[in-house]
Amino acid sequence: MAFGPHLLLAALEGLVTSAVLALTALGLSLVFGVMRVVNVAHGEFFMLGAVLAWAISAAISGHPALGFLAALVLAPLIVGLIALVSERLVLRRLNYNPEATIVATIGMLYIIQQLALTFYGPEARPVEPPFSYRILLPWFGYSGYKLSIIAASALLLVATWFVLTRTKIGLVMRATQYDSETAQAFGIPVDRVYAGVFALGAMLAAVAAVLIVPISQAHYLMGQDPLLLSFIVVIIGGLGSLRGTVVAAVLIGLSDGIISVFFSPTLAKIIATLLVAMVLVFRPQGLFGTASR
Amino acid sequence: MKEASPAKAYALHLGVIALLFALSFVLPEYHHGLLARIMVLAVFAMGYNMLFGYVGLLSLGHAMFFSAGLYGAGLAVIHLGWSVPAAFAAGLACGALLALVIGLLALRTSGVAFMIVTMMFAQVFYLIILYFAAWTGGDQGLVVPQSARVLVLGDTSLGLTNPTVRYMSALVLFSIVLLVALVIVRSRYGRVLVAIRENEERTKMLGYDTFSNKLAAVVVSGTICAASGAAYALLFGYVGSTFASVQYSILPLLWVLLGGAATTLGPLIGTLFMYYVVDITSGYTSAYLLIVGIALILLVLFFPRGILGTVRQRWLGWLP
Repeated sequence: MAFGPHLLLAALEGLVTSAVLALTALGLSLVFGVMRVVNVAHGEFFMLGAVLAWAISAAISGHPALGFLAALVLAPLIVGLIALVSERLVLRRLNYNPEATIVATIGMLYIIQQLALTFYGPEARPVEPPFSYRILLPWFGYSGYKLSIIAASALLLVATWFVLTRTKIGLVMRATQYDSETAQAFGIPVDRVYAGVFALGAMLAAVAAVLIVPISQAHYLMGQDPLLLSFIVVIIGGLGSLRGTVVAAVLIGLSDGIISVFFSPTLAKIIATLLVAMVLVFRPQGLFGTASR
Repeated sequence: MKEASPAKAYALHLGVIALLFALSFVLPEYHHGLLARIMVLAVFAMGYNMLFGYVGLLSLGHAMFFSAGLYGAGLAVIHLGWSVPAAFAAGLACGALLALVIGLLALRTSGVAFMIVTMMFAQVFYLIILYFAAWTGGDQGLVVPQSARVLVLGDTSLGLTNPTVRYMSALVLFSIVLLVALVIVRSRYGRVLVAIRENEERTKMLGYDTFSNKLAAVVVSGTICAASGAAYALLFGYVGSTFASVQYSILPLLWVLLGGAATTLGPLIGTLFMYYVVDITSGYTSAYLLIVGIALILLVLFFPRGILGTVRQRWLGWLP
């Protein structure tokens, strides 16, 4: 393949990564933005989504699209429920103290990971894609399913944006994010908003995982990379900023796709992690964010 | 807080050291070996406690200081053929230097950002170890040859693979670090650190340079952790990248939380307790990380002061 088409292929792969990453990172960013909680277990909600997608699609016989659609609806709901319960049982009792919640979510990470290992096992298992149409470009054929991931993710991002900026729910969430005490004084049930946001954040990660699992397989350790990349995206994009998160996800996804085609993936990770740590040290509000109040 | 009479505090610590010394002669072989390992890892926890307990800086990247000592000492023996004391010093130097650099960068942030930045630097360190697999052995790790693990003192040479020598070396290191920690905590400098933890702005206002005090604490903490890592490489003869992974940044946090943050003996108790819990349960289940996870959550929920912290609060106010 010539250089041009090779680059196009790398860019397409990068866009698929970006699409999934944007959803996952948005979940992390919402939780941090509204609740000021750094959810270290976010990657495990992603993993749970993928594992549940496998379980659900394996349980439903018939056309693969049926199982996949059921997984797309059910897996995020189950993950959201688990997140809701853990929020009620643990995070609320800690009063959302930033440092205590990090320690607690590290604990959740280990618990979820070990339970997945015990009940799901160490194998990586595939989920059949709902359709296997190949789009023929002049230089190579490309999976239609991968393109549909990009479309689905864009749709979900627009929907989230709409909810956040144009509806009552979004207004309540933004009010809580801006000043939770004043919001409480105005009769907003801050406590329930927190619970909802935590569940929503986990559900976004789970949806992203269901979308990606037909091309990358479900595995109990698959939450680690999305967690780190989401951190990177959220930090670069500015904590709690939706637009920044999406821009950063596209940036990171594309450069990850292109760099790992031409360089060693370990070296790419070293450089990316180091750069992001430096951003956090020298420009803590992120590249696109505004200084915190 | 009640003022501790120095004699009482020193007597308690010397008593603990004497007890550990005496245990060497009565413990069965298996527990003898386990306790040697626990003492070395308790040094790691004490180093972590220096920063987390007394300055209130929660780092999620201390595995890099431990493994700086581990690889600094291990690679000096394996590739350069250095003697044991020189390799130990190399490990300490690596840890101190790394801590200085990381401290200068990471201390520009605070709170949650500090936790994430330290975690990311540790991740970079971990990936670098994997990247240079030709020298570090990658995720397989390297074995430090037995023939090189001999401590030559004058005319006598002590093989560090001998269980008694190993136990006593671990005890010597543990005792030195414990007493150093006690002296630091009771000194003026230790009090400044606690003041920074309680209210950094006010400490600054009183005329203390909080940045350089914190930087010194990071370097002391990193060096102690590196001492633990270097000792681990030399005494147990294995150098591997797992010791640099996130998990080994979380474990000292768990040990310190369990034993009691900001207590000098807490790290030992936490390490001892957790190590035995994992050791006993691993007979029944391989899912020891599950226990680590549950312990972390239960500790922050119901027991944030840890064992010795609670003892100090309820009964023994003089405990350092």
